[in-house]
Amino acid sequence: MHRTGELYGQFETLEQQKESATLGMWIFLVTEILFFGGIFLTYAVNRHLYFTAFGVGGNMLDLRLGTINTVVLIASSFTMAMSVWSAQTSQKKWLPIFLVLTLVLGFVFLGIKYVEYKQKFDHHLIPGHAFDLTYRMNHPAPGDDPKELASERKEIEEALATEDPGNPQGGLVALNSHAQLYFSLYFGMTGLHALHMVVGAGLLIWVIKGSLKGRFSASYNTPIEVVGLYWHFIDIVWIYLFALLYLINRHLG
Amino acid sequence: MQSQLPIYPEQASNFAPHVDALMLFITGVCFLFALGITIAIIIFFFKYHRKTPNAVGIPTHEDSRLEAVWMIVPLILAMAMFGWGAVIYVDYRHTPKDTLDIYVIAKQWMWKAQQPNGLKEFNELHVPMGRNVRLVLASEDVIHDFFVPAFRVKMDVVPGHYNTMWFRPTKAGRYHFFCSQYCGTNHALMAGWVTVMEPSDYAAWLSGSSGGEGNSIAAGEKLFAEKACITCHLANGTGRGPSLNGVYGAQVLLADGSTVTADEAYVRESILQPNAKIVARYAPSMPTFQGQLTEEQIIALTAYIKSLQSQPVPAKGFGIAPPTGNK
Amino acid sequence: MSNTPPTPDELPHKHYLNATYGSGIRSWLLTTDHKRIALLYLASVTVFFFIGGVFATMIRIHLLTPRGALVTPETYNKLFTMHGVAMIFFFLIPSIPAVFGNFLIPLMIGAKDLAFPKINLLSWYIYLIGGCFVLYSFGTGGLDTGWTFYTPLSSVYSNSAVTPAVIGIFINGFSSILTGLNFIVTIHTMRAPGMTWFRLPLFVWAHYATSLVMILGTPVVAITLLLAGLERMFHLGFFNPALGGDPILFQHLFWFYSHPAVYIMILPSMGVVSEIIPTFARKPIFGYSFIAGSSIAIAVIGFLVWAHHMFVTGESAYAALTFSFLSYLVAIPSAVKVFNWTSTLYKGSISWDPPMIYALGFIGLFVIGGLTGLFLACLGLDIHIHDTYFVVAHFHYIMVGGAVMGYVGGLHFWWPKITGRLYPRSLSRFAAIILFIGFNLTFFPQFILGYLGMPRRYHTYPPEFQVLNVLSTAGASILALGYLLPMSYLIWSMRYGKVAGPNPWPATGLEWKTDSPPLTENFEVTPEVTWEPYDFKSRPDLGLETGAPLPAPAHGDD
Repeated sequence: MHRTGELYGQFETLEQQKESATLGMWIFLVTEILFFGGIFLTYAVNRHLYFTAFGVGGNMLDLRLGTINTVVLIASSFTMAMSVWSAQTSQKKWLPIFLVLTLVLGFVFLGIKYVEYKQKFDHHLIPGHAFDLTYRMNHPAPGDDPKELASERKEIEEALATEDPGNPQGGLVALNSHAQLYFSLYFGMTGLHALHMVVGAGLLIWVIKGSLKGRFSASYNTPIEVVGLYWHFIDIVWIYLFALLYLINRHLG
Repeated sequence: MQSQLPIYPEQASNFAPHVDALMLFITGVCFLFALGITIAIIIFFFKYHRKTPNAVGIPTHEDSRLEAVWMIVPLILAMAMFGWGAVIYVDYRHTPKDTLDIYVIAKQWMWKAQQPNGLKEFNELHVPMGRNVRLVLASEDVIHDFFVPAFRVKMDVVPGHYNTMWFRPTKAGRYHFFCSQYCGTNHALMAGWVTVMEPSDYAAWLSGSSGGEGNSIAAGEKLFAEKACITCHLANGTGRGPSLNGVYGAQVLLADGSTVTADEAYVRESILQPNAKIVARYAPSMPTFQGQLTEEQIIALTAYIKSLQSQPVPAKGFGIAPPTGNK
Repeated sequence: MSNTPPTPDELPHKHYLNATYGSGIRSWLLTTDHKRIALLYLASVTVFFFIGGVFATMIRIHLLTPRGALVTPETYNKLFTMHGVAMIFFFLIPSIPAVFGNFLIPLMIGAKDLAFPKINLLSWYIYLIGGCFVLYSFGTGGLDTGWTFYTPLSSVYSNSAVTPAVIGIFINGFSSILTGLNFIVTIHTMRAPGMTWFRLPLFVWAHYATSLVMILGTPVVAITLLLAGLERMFHLGFFNPALGGDPILFQHLFWFYSHPAVYIMILPSMGVVSEIIPTFARKPIFGYSFIAGSSIAIAVIGFLVWAHHMFVTGESAYAALTFSFLSYLVAIPSAVKVFNWTSTLYKGSISWDPPMIYALGFIGLFVIGGLTGLFLACLGLDIHIHDTYFVVAHFHYIMVGGAVMGYVGGLHFWWPKITGRLYPRSLSRFAAIILFIGFNLTFFPQFILGYLGMPRRYHTYPPEFQVLNVLSTAGASILALGYLLPMSYLIWSMRYGKVAGPNPWPATGLEWKTDSPPLTENFEVTPEVTWEPYDFKSRPDLGLETGAPLPAPAHGDD
């Protein structure tokens, strides 16, 4: 573990060490692109096949919370960039502050995600035996906005009318089946992303500890840079997720 | 069933000769390259065997032109292979318009084929020679594949999709077909026979003159022996039960003096409730097979009994009622 | 009079095997020395090779008779599945990179270790954990889906231990990814002064190309198996048509990795051959830049051909034409290598040492395997030979005749460096020939079986196929001997073999400038490279008849 930016045995120079660390992180991020890429492809193929059901599913996501989360993550990327800047300019006071801010924003993101997931659970939108697209429509809770419920009902009825006529299964069963596919992918993609956020939070805690001990400065800040790369990547993945899951074919109002 | 030359199957479809010719071409090209490399290696291996323990080899300089040659020549040959194969494949994937359509359903672990007139076969496929035949393939569960080596064709059967394949049988005979996409425990048992018939034979077979699936008759005959029907219903009429030759479709004289047509329903009833209609001059000694035979087995036995229509009726020991006219 | 330094009678005093840091087994299990990690891998991949080999033996015995001589259908289906999973994921893919790549890359480029030694050790532990999950699957009911896990058979219908197996392969994928990452960074940033890209040994080029495939392809199979596993566990519908999913999507995602994976399995082996041939012909390899470039070309084009596994799924004819065309293209770089290796022998000074015999065996078998790929890439032919024993023969020629032969050849080439010992020369050449003969007898009949129409993955077959099956099984028994012999004498040699000295062959790579076995830190002083690869003529230190003037004797006389 780097204590004072010392040279590891296998390297000849600090320059070589830093170059290796950053190249290593870039390559790792490339593998992550391929990893997420597979599930993005699955999403794209299924979206194309089940356009209607995916539209209904997408409109059941909470756009408000999703937007707040997007803003939160972009802000956290900003604080992360500020951390890297602080380290590069030896601002040993500001570094832990920006890192902690990034971590806090990350936790806010995860907290909001939890709220969203809980919402889905309450509305019987977790894929499985209890999955029912029409649950919320048929069992409105006291706090539900009637306009929202009405537009959801209209949406589902329209979908039933236009569901792929070539499908041997009829109407609601097909819609539920395809919407389940949507939500499987929703939970799969956002869940994978959330897992990566948790890892990112762990990495942040690691560098926060180091920064509180004053280990990072202009002459040695590779861990901050490398964690920063990772964090930015996670943010970019979220931007794509937000656009593909929440925004496509969104009906406002 | 196998050709005399045991390295390729019989050629029984329009595709087979082309596929084999292409195979020979590729084999020839590959053999020449392999031979060339092998000879070169063997010659160099011996000719340049180290003479003294510390001898080194003579460096030979990189030669881009030579490299280009042995990139371009194989590329040209490869393109020839690609092109020829592509022509066959495009033909295969482009079903002609005037096809005889047969629906094939695959499920773990059997095949059902439905002929154009609705006639069903199990693990068998009868097709006419010289006609373009199109198979529409559907799966009830996992991915299977219908493969006829003698035709040189196969196509996956994918659940949730319909796949089609076509061929034109060119030689009468019986040929293996296999399931060719691993589908579970009895994948290897999911095989059967394609029977290519002369068009007139096919038409006759199709119209049901033999009473149904060829496979059924054979199965029925087997069951007839297995279930010991044959021990009483001897063909020559000397058994405890009446001979069944010629009985199907005829009028049967019953013990109570009435007659009944020996049709499918009668055969079925006789198997399941033998005492319902006893044949004249016979004792009610046949045991019931209720619960011991599946519907398919009853169908098979019926098909077999039907096939005995043309067998000679013995002088004595039969259930057929004397004709009202002369015989 | 030669200048070769006399071979020592004993091993060097201090080396990586007896380095005293930590005690005994802990120093091995917590090592970060790339050479020790390579040996940890050597032991583990050998275990999996043995397991896969036992399954193969049972398969061949069972297929002696048409009805099946040995096991039930369910068991047979598990045998071929587990044989494939064990061999592909836990032997072939790691073998050369994790054993020889790990051991040699730092030595070959003049570095003290890989860029990330701790991640290297982590890779091994990840491999073990993945292996444990898979062994657990094998032990609790086995796996019967085929190593290809096609859905919905694997995700819905199979009653075998699919989930732990899928988890195990998923985990193991990260071992591959981290190894590839380590190699790429190491080769980019840690080359010794003077070790330019075009002075790198071709073994390093081969591993660079392999690593590109590892890092780009493996994540895709990881997510694919994750989705298939989730589908099985939670009854989701990605690939299950009953729930709106598409089994063909699974195939595309699966083969997007699994085709490049076969290049992961063969490129390193080609790298081994590219080291052996110039060494034992004692001249530079012919067409160095073409061999290096062809490795990269194979890696790149290899990503563009996956759907040639799907020609008969009903995919669009346009797609099929494209993939067939590209599959022919990917054959060309491999052909280039074979021509260049053969040309290297011309005007060489060829020794008949065991590694050379293995390398030539590789070329012979790889040529047959590769050429039969041309049959399979051919659309018109593939509709006949797809999913028959023709395919089985083709890939075994490449995987076993190619990759494994290269692996065993590499063992014979670098054994003196790894252990400091030599092994019996005649016995090892005899083993190579046994391997070659046994292999051909096992797998050549399968080409014929395939063209005759015998499908693969069949526990029972029509009686007319029996003769060829019996021939194949007979060959397998000879092949087994060809593997047991090296295992025996190599282990024997670790104790009783003649001491090798630093450079017994001799060879020109940097790894041969160290002791045998090397020090933990590889080089006492960082080397500076001024010579071209395989350039025997400008290496007087090797003590050969280079034609270069001998160093002036002390008195100035000639």
